[in-house]
Amino acid sequence: MSPDPRPRKQIHLAAHFPGVNNTTVWADPPTGRPTTTPAGGTSPGSSLGSQIDFASFVHLARTAERGLFDFFFLAEGLRLREHKGRIHDLDVLGRPESLTVLNALAAVTERLGLAGTVSATFNEPYELARRFASLDHLSGGRAAWNIVTTSDAFTGENFRRGGYLDHADRYTRAAEFLATARALWDSGPAGGPPRRVDHSGRHFVVRGEFGVARSPQGHPVVIQAGDSAEGREFAASAADVIFTRHSGPEAGRAFYADVKRRLPAYGRRPEDLKIMPGVTFVLGDTLAEAQERAVEIRRQQVSPQTALLTLEQVWGVDLSSYDPDGPLPDIDPDPHGELAQGRVRIADPQAVADRWRALSRAKGLSIRETVIETTGRQSFVGTPDSVAREMDHFVQSDAADGFILVPHLTPDGLDPFVERVVPLLQERGVHRTEYTGTTLRSHLGLPDPARPARKD
Amino acid sequence: MPEPHHPPRLAVALDAPGVPPRHDAAHYTALARLAEHGTLDFVTLGDRFGGPGPDALAVLARIAPDTERIGLVPTVTTTHTEPFHVSTAVATLDWVSRGRAGWTVEVSTTEAEAALVGRPQVLGFARTGKDPHPAASPAEVWSEAGEVADVVGRLWDSWEDDAEIRDRATGRFVDRAKLHHVDFTGRAFSVRGPSIVPRPPQGRPVTVVDVTGETDGPDGGPSPGTGDLPHVGVPPRGGSRERGRSRELGEGARREVAAARADVALVRAEDPQTAGAARADLLARARAHGRAPGGPLVLASLPVELESSGDAAGLAALLGDWFAQGVADGFHLRLADPVRDLARFVEGTVPLLRERGLLRRSYEGTTLREHLGLPRPASIYALAREAAR
Repeated sequence: MSPDPRPRKQIHLAAHFPGVNNTTVWADPPTGRPTTTPAGGTSPGSSLGSQIDFASFVHLARTAERGLFDFFFLAEGLRLREHKGRIHDLDVLGRPESLTVLNALAAVTERLGLAGTVSATFNEPYELARRFASLDHLSGGRAAWNIVTTSDAFTGENFRRGGYLDHADRYTRAAEFLATARALWDSGPAGGPPRRVDHSGRHFVVRGEFGVARSPQGHPVVIQAGDSAEGREFAASAADVIFTRHSGPEAGRAFYADVKRRLPAYGRRPEDLKIMPGVTFVLGDTLAEAQERAVEIRRQQVSPQTALLTLEQVWGVDLSSYDPDGPLPDIDPDPHGELAQGRVRIADPQAVADRWRALSRAKGLSIRETVIETTGRQSFVGTPDSVAREMDHFVQSDAADGFILVPHLTPDGLDPFVERVVPLLQERGVHRTEYTGTTLRSHLGLPDPARPARKD
Repeated sequence: MPEPHHPPRLAVALDAPGVPPRHDAAHYTALARLAEHGTLDFVTLGDRFGGPGPDALAVLARIAPDTERIGLVPTVTTTHTEPFHVSTAVATLDWVSRGRAGWTVEVSTTEAEAALVGRPQVLGFARTGKDPHPAASPAEVWSEAGEVADVVGRLWDSWEDDAEIRDRATGRFVDRAKLHHVDFTGRAFSVRGPSIVPRPPQGRPVTVVDVTGETDGPDGGPSPGTGDLPHVGVPPRGGSRERGRSRELGEGARREVAAARADVALVRAEDPQTAGAARADLLARARAHGRAPGGPLVLASLPVELESSGDAAGLAALLGDWFAQGVADGFHLRLADPVRDLARFVEGTVPLLRERGLLRRSYEGTTLREHLGLPRPASIYALAREAAR
């Protein structure tokens, strides 16, 4: 075997607390079929824990820290989703406010990074800069902020500000918000008196002194999760990590190359921005067992009711009279149908419907089977050894710098990965065997932010 | 009269005017554990929109897992913050502390704080000429704070306690009949709801209002002049001119919010007559708001400086004396030097209070409401649904 001219890239790993989509399995398994017990997991009943009790967050965070992960990740919810004018009731619902949970988790972990999504639309730069600087202090340098913007009026109904934000303005606001927050972080007193910030821009006017001392990381780590051209450009200019949906190897490599080539224009090196797709996994003692389990999990994720609801999101009309175990509707989608609120819109419903009907006819699939077949297939399915090998190849072939793992069970869905896959990644020399630094920046290999010299 | 059977409620502030804020969690953990060792009801941590120091709610969330029973009550400002965020943050503090959260409602009235807010146009801060952020009047911002406290409570109630059903047969995770839009419209904001956070362990975390408030310095910073706090028991010196002004402008509005919305009101007092008069006034206002026979628990908030163990014993006598006079339901201690004074208090005052039957020897309950003797309220939406049946 010829020596690889390049050193092997280290895989960066993060743990996503299971979310409020149908990917999180919540129902007790039917009696006599303890199929949801993950390989290497604990007792069957413990797999379907609370989405809100603090103990669930402690369990996942400590599991991630045991696996020497870079960070723990929390998504944000600002409005319960609605469907056909009523609150959507089929998926896990209800979650805490991210930053408060992360501060509490800082007490029960020592090295793990603590990342939270917080919208730049319904906050002000000063208050978020202060809240993230506070988390960075209270965690000893482990804070990360996934900066997103929200432009829908539906979510805006919960806020003073309302939902008005021109789509084209989303990234100009995010960029100005982040630049203002960084100016505030840079002004925090480190021994000396605070420096005055005097920012006057298109979206914000911020004048005064930042009351929080410079935090251990200087700047908390910034994550960006948008996928549009503007989102990629914003990430290249200002983010430390991209949380992407491109979990397939080919799309991943294209995305990776596209984003990394944008960095030099901003005076940044390729390693200054880590690309981490959100991925799912299913383990088995054999490949066949893993595949069987993956199918069973998909059936749990797509209940008959969820199958119809998924179809209604594409068709835009009420389909409650259809049999989820029967064929797909003959009628075409209503391009103007707006049944779902608080979800990402489907760009071309007719094309999706045509594709699904063709698949259904070709394979003889029911509505539910079609939805199972076409949505949310797991990213890595196999034995611990094959999953470790595939993940390593994925990273070494520049499809990613690491992964944000999304377990399908709360709170112990990550346990089998940490117990069975992490040791194999360590054997391959691509995952740390101990934390060498104390801050999230050090885990990610990111440089310390330069602090502008005092002008006064 | 305070209920005779409940001993005085006791709380202590972890921050002190003039003491630079600490940024390390260990400092706050040590203090809160000490207060817990003294079986106090809760600790408070003050805050302002602009700081200085770390966010108070963040600090108390950070120390929640390091403590077991002590109530955690950060100041949360409402003037420049989204009411929805205030609601979810305090609800989450209640979740991570397993039912020990409260919050002290506070406002931001200064120009300096307004200038930190990036919104070009917010309540009372119209953009005019050279001065983009003139300060709003305390009465105006307190009136809005009352609306915020109102909607925050409604959002906590917007998930009924048993909304989560996990019904496999119908595939439903929640019973949507038990989730409620709050549809709140105030004068300057509206909130649709429901909350994103399920109803917290206490149903409603404890709402505290400081009806006297901290004196604002002329530039919005904390008032100068520490180190000359009155010793406990020493008659008060006359308030500064700034303090007099601040009371004139804000205190009536604070008392209205406390009377209508607070579970606990803090009255800064340096003599029992002041505390008793404020308590009577608050309870009368609460009755006018239809809260009879309820109304807030009124704690006398006392500046305390324990320079010797003799002071610690003297404090026990003073607290017992005030409580016997029926002027307060308990006490909130503002320590001049929290590290030194809390140690002296727990060592010297706590044993004497216990001997006199004025302080528990161990916690009986686990939630802050249980410590305070406050019932866990039912969701207003659950009550309405019951009534409609």
